[in-house]
Amino acid sequence: MNIALETRALCKSFGALTVADRIDFRLETGARHALIGPNGAGKTTFVNMLTGVLPPSSGRIVLGGEDITGLGQAKRVKRGLGRTFQINALFRRLSVLDNVALAVAERQGVAPRMLRAASAHAEVRGESLELLATLGLAEDAGQRILDLPYGKQRLVEIAIALGLKPRVLLLDEPAAGVPSLESHRILQVLDRLPKEIAILIIEHDMDLVFRFAQRITVLVQGEVLVEGPPDEIGRDRRVHQVYLGEQHHG
Amino acid sequence: MSTHAGGYSADPRIRWIEVLPWIVAIAAFFLLPEYLSLGARILIYILYALSLDLIVGYAGIITLGHSAYFGLGAYAAGILAAKAGISDPMLQLVAAAAAGALLGISTGAIILRTKALTLLMLTLAITSVLLEIANKASSLTGGADGLSGVVVAPILGMFKFDIFGKTAYLYCLVVLLAGWWLVRKMIYSPFGTSLRGLRENSLRMHAIGAPVYWRLVLVYTLSATIAGVAGGLITQTNQFVGLNVLSFESAGELLVMLILGGVGRLYGAFVGPVVYLIAQDMLAKQFPEYWYFGIGTMLVLVVMFARGGILGILDELLARLRRKA
Repeated sequence: MNIALETRALCKSFGALTVADRIDFRLETGARHALIGPNGAGKTTFVNMLTGVLPPSSGRIVLGGEDITGLGQAKRVKRGLGRTFQINALFRRLSVLDNVALAVAERQGVAPRMLRAASAHAEVRGESLELLATLGLAEDAGQRILDLPYGKQRLVEIAIALGLKPRVLLLDEPAAGVPSLESHRILQVLDRLPKEIAILIIEHDMDLVFRFAQRITVLVQGEVLVEGPPDEIGRDRRVHQVYLGEQHHG
Repeated sequence: MSTHAGGYSADPRIRWIEVLPWIVAIAAFFLLPEYLSLGARILIYILYALSLDLIVGYAGIITLGHSAYFGLGAYAAGILAAKAGISDPMLQLVAAAAAGALLGISTGAIILRTKALTLLMLTLAITSVLLEIANKASSLTGGADGLSGVVVAPILGMFKFDIFGKTAYLYCLVVLLAGWWLVRKMIYSPFGTSLRGLRENSLRMHAIGAPVYWRLVLVYTLSATIAGVAGGLITQTNQFVGLNVLSFESAGELLVMLILGGVGRLYGAFVGPVVYLIAQDMLAKQFPEYWYFGIGTMLVLVVMFARGGILGILDELLARLRRKA
């Protein structure tokens, strides 16, 4: 199996505090992988290092065979690394269409053009509308994000990331703050994501994690505690102790 | 006169109401011949405010030092005319634009690595430093006495600047038209949409692979270029450059004009200078010592009750009328 994303002995320390300790992690092409762990386990720090928001203290990050440790955020995105945010990071006063079109235009290299109207760029507009339609957001294209229900805003988060056509997609708590009745819609969307995209999901909703992921990595205090398929993780006594408490899955 | 936000579903065609400012400007030329010098000043400030709106209203770059680019443009045109003996107005304007652009890219590349208050203070510092340089380099700039002896040849060798300011008014109108066309094009383009993306959420712009820093430097440079042109125009119409073009007050005054008109609305940059400069002219005649009080009251009212500026009030009124109808 090809490796889409890999970290080698990735470390991050803030002074004496180590929040990521020699993390060796592999995400296979087309994987459906979940990263779980209690609060403060270092999940978001890990994602921030992968995406280039935070520089690691040591270790390497390899995307599709290329060492991207020293690259900035934008260059990682251009190489196929997309992400969504735990707390919505949308363009709130812009329409849903423009939110997605911004990402599509960046990927297509259209964004810096100045002399032709944006609406005349049919290739950006068309692809964005198509993407919105696949996520069930076609009717909301003209709405401003501000006027959109929260559940749909979470879907726009995913739509923006998909507009980048990533090879690897990092989903940081895609169902965070979404009422459980609506979270099934998020799961439906996740299930329909293109199979060739390797997905790493960071999520607290265990039902969603165990239904979605084919492999789970458990992070505790900045270290990988265990990694394996969901049924194995669900049975693992250490995982129950440090994270799952009395819940049983698998 | 609703918000000109651009975007991937916006119709870029010029609406009938957008022709209105130009009709008013041409009508003023024929109907108010005794006010043409004030008119030219207003046109120049509209161009200057357009350049500011591009960075403040659309890209979300906060500044109190835009007078640096306006002032440098003014001095570039002035020094070329008074010291180098180049009297061609087009060359002077090109020099003003180039000076604005060069300063824009060199300062923008430094200060746009910062944000918020730090950025605000740096913009202020740039214009203060420039003001002091202009003050000290009196052999070139005339220092505190100002730069006089600015000679401007007839435009295209045909249209001579006259004492009534007719040529100057029309010249400024044509340059403003070109500036407006350019800014409007930009706002409706993918670049304009990406500027609004930067204003709304620069964190996400990084995450979609946008070269945030370089895009900010680019728009800042474009804005500085337009401000430089506006500065060149003020030199050509006044045939004099004073230190005040570089002052913090000039930058602050411009920001007040834009806020009065409406930030990030394109035509706020038209309405603001018209209201501000006419009010200033009238109030200064009536109350020579207290005219700032009137301007201040206007600003307080707008900030408290109409965050979208005068155009915001008009939008609100139109929306209410439509609801009733």
